[in-house]
Amino acid sequence: MGTLIDMMSKVFAKENLPSKNLAKERLQLVIMHDRASLSPDLVMKLKEELIKVLTKYVEIDEDGLEVNLDRGDDSVALVANVPVKKVRRV
Amino acid sequence: MESKVIVVTSGKGGVGKTTTVANLGMGLALAGYKVALVDADIGLRNLDVVMGLENRIVYDLIDVVEQKCRLRQALIKDKRNDNLYLLPAAQTRDKEAVKPEQMQALSQELKEQFQFILVDSPAGIEQGFKNSIAGADAAIIVTTPEVSAVRDADRIIGLLEAAELFNPQLILNRLRPDMVRKGDMMDISDVIEILSVPLLGVVPDDESIIVATNRGEPAVLDKNSQAGQAYCNIVKRLEGEDVPLLDLDHPGLLEKLRRLMGGK
Ligand SMILES: Nc1ncnc2c1ncn2[C@@H]1O[C@H](COP(=O)(O)OP(=O)(O)OP(=O)(O)O)[C@@H](O)[C@H]1O
Ligand SMILES: [Mg+2]
Repeated sequence: MGTLIDMMSKVFAKENLPSKNLAKERLQLVIMHDRASLSPDLVMKLKEELIKVLTKYVEIDEDGLEVNLDRGDDSVALVANVPVKKVRRV
Repeated sequence: MESKVIVVTSGKGGVGKTTTVANLGMGLALAGYKVALVDADIGLRNLDVVMGLENRIVYDLIDVVEQKCRLRQALIKDKRNDNLYLLPAAQTRDKEAVKPEQMQALSQELKEQFQFILVDSPAGIEQGFKNSIAGADAAIIVTTPEVSAVRDADRIIGLLEAAELFNPQLILNRLRPDMVRKGDMMDISDVIEILSVPLLGVVPDDESIIVATNRGEPAVLDKNSQAGQAYCNIVKRLEGEDVPLLDLDHPGLLEKLRRLMGGK
């Protein structure tokens, strides 16, 4: 005979969720991360285009330009680090 | 109808690509279409044994692309159906031996003679996979309702898109209604929600597939096979017919009905 507490903890324990719920939750997370990765090809193209736009306004150190995806637990951000040499006066 | 090259692919190995190609190929041939099956799993030839045609192989896909023989010399005619042919994979070479452009040319040549060309893709995402999709007009993705298979399917969908092969359709293989009922297996709707691609069909986990493979007789040939029935329905959907999903929860009832109605 289990106590009420036992029964409650059984009901709420994660292990007692139907295992397919866990499967689905884990899949959704892992796929979000998978989808948020950039191929080297794409990073190259993105950099080239960024340089084109940025040099209209600032003089940048092209070799120092970095583009990355920053992954949080439930969000993803595109982070660019652009070393600036000189700001153009327009 | 315009000829169509359909690649059957999955990312993860062992989820049922070869079984799918064999059954859909036989099903389409039974429906009267001229069908060619291409085993693009170079080095790991399997479609020949699943089809029961392993004793008839003389030339293979690499012989054709390297022009060591004519296409029609390498094509093996099925022993049960005159509409169906198999182009076997090379067993002793590696996947680097073929280039995507060669697969495109081969697909074009096959399209002149066949209405459906089904390409059995190797597992993985490297050269062999790239070759298998090179000449394709459409893609079928096979997955099982398991975390790793679905994850790989998602990767493949991304790679197909990058290769401009859009709108793949999904076959969910090896579904176990008993486990779904207990909440221990993802259901059709779970998988579709995650992958967001249209569903082409669901195939139950079925012993008759193993028996069929032992015999080299695709399960579509067996009227009593539930998986075979599922493949029949997928064939009809490929033909453009709107067929409801099999009721996997009541196989007994369906079976009884079929008998009542005079079927065997
Ligand atoms: N619906 C099913 N029910 C039961 N067994 C199945 C089913 N589908 C496939 N199998 C079995 O699973 C195994 C793998 O199937 P198959 O060879 O078709 O997979 P594959 O994706 O082509 O594998 P590979 O990636 O190695 O080429 C085989 O033994 C096959 O008989
Ligand atoms: Mg295979």
